[in-house]
Amino acid sequence: MLNLLLEMLSYPFLVRAMAVGLLVSLCASLLGVSMVLKRYSMIGDGLSHVGFGALATASALGLAPLSVSIPVVVVAAFLLLRISENSGIKGDAAIAVISTGALAVGVITVSLTTGLNADVHNYLFGSILAMSGADAVLSLALSGAVLALYLLFYNSIFAVTFDEGFARATGAPAGLYNMVIALLTAITIVLGMRMMGALLISSLIIFPALSAMRLCRTFRSVVWCSAGVSVACFLAGIMLSYRFSLPTGASIVAVNIAVLLMFSFIGRLRGRTAKA
Amino acid sequence: MALIACEDVSFAYDEGVVVSNLNFAVEPGDYLCVVGENGTGKTTLMKGLLRLKQPRGGRIRFGEGLGPGQIGYLPQQMAAPQDFPASVWEVALSGRRSARGLRPFYTRQDVRAAEEALRRMGVLDFKRRCYRELSAGQRQRVLLCRALCAAGRLLLLDEPASGLDPLAAQDFYRLVKELNREAGLTVVMISHDVKAAVGSASHILHLAHQQLFFGKTEDYLNTDAAHKLLGGASC
Repeated sequence: MLNLLLEMLSYPFLVRAMAVGLLVSLCASLLGVSMVLKRYSMIGDGLSHVGFGALATASALGLAPLSVSIPVVVVAAFLLLRISENSGIKGDAAIAVISTGALAVGVITVSLTTGLNADVHNYLFGSILAMSGADAVLSLALSGAVLALYLLFYNSIFAVTFDEGFARATGAPAGLYNMVIALLTAITIVLGMRMMGALLISSLIIFPALSAMRLCRTFRSVVWCSAGVSVACFLAGIMLSYRFSLPTGASIVAVNIAVLLMFSFIGRLRGRTAKA
Repeated sequence: MALIACEDVSFAYDEGVVVSNLNFAVEPGDYLCVVGENGTGKTTLMKGLLRLKQPRGGRIRFGEGLGPGQIGYLPQQMAAPQDFPASVWEVALSGRRSARGLRPFYTRQDVRAAEEALRRMGVLDFKRRCYRELSAGQRQRVLLCRALCAAGRLLLLDEPASGLDPLAAQDFYRLVKELNREAGLTVVMISHDVKAAVGSASHILHLAHQQLFFGKTEDYLNTDAAHKLLGGASC
């Protein structure tokens, strides 16, 4: 296995992909805990579709894909957050409208310009070759910033995830904290999207948190466990994909599914022995 | 000077005025119980006191230095989902969050305050336990700890004993009373349990879309409103 890893590390494009992938997985898993607990999982999914639309349009117009899609997705994240806080409109329906709408725009732009080709396939299911040198530097810097902000806001994120009403009542700027979560999630999704694919990136956010919650009982331990699971699954997935020539994104998701099943099983067993 | 003073305050939603003509004052050290039927504006008033809702008319004046960071709050129903992974310690400490302002991390002082609150409520032994695995009564105590961590001077409780069994409820009321008597915290509590309210509060505010009564508990017991709510039972 070590040989396999060393062999992979001899390709510069794989080193880039792995460095970015590891950091993005880490960011996604940390934010995922809040997203899942706040019942915002579908927002992550919706954002990735918006990301697809933005990415497709940007590359059709010949613009830099990352610097166009990040602001678009950030705006979409704020919008979705607003909508799901506003009880007047049904949040899940609004998410579906925005995400399918963005998907449709993306598909139309692509078919008008380059036609439905391999590029679109890569946007949807991800490609490990998508990362250029400049992209990698930007991605590493941004995911580093996401990690730093998460650390700084950790206690606030806990407060607003656990009980937003209390946070508001005691004068905490809960709206600001929610926006920080949305902003960080949006950046993470765009960064991870090109490797994982628009259809698969939200798994990076949801799976590790869910797995960790099968076994851990405190917020801090869930966050740590989720981070560990995410990084391990990413490494295992990318090695699987290299060894058996499988699509990278899908392999990582497959490993995540296996871990979730395993953790659920262990959690059940534990629960049973605890009760007996 | 009064900690909170309401002058001709009214609250309204889109559907219309919920409660009006509120005139009362809470002095430091008071234990005010807000009673009344469901849907008569008790929780709306609480939101007003928390500055989450602006009054339609009138004015709420807060005593000097009573910022949001000085108020502890125990919500009516726990918004967090039942499957939320959090330890008792994490929940209690999160009460200190607002007081920290922009500083991102807790200090030794915060840790000490949270420990003190847990000890006082008799749940320090549960520190490492998972919040969701506690009984309803224990959970409510932990939330009271969190409110204590946030409360400098004023504790606002919204139906804190709903969902507790009678024994746990009694226990809970006793704790709040102790906090009021011994720690000198001002308490404003919403309750539909009038008997418990008159048993521990120093003042009563009776709402029925307007203010039916405000005054000392002893005086309240002689009013018609009290007789009606208490169902003729003598206290």
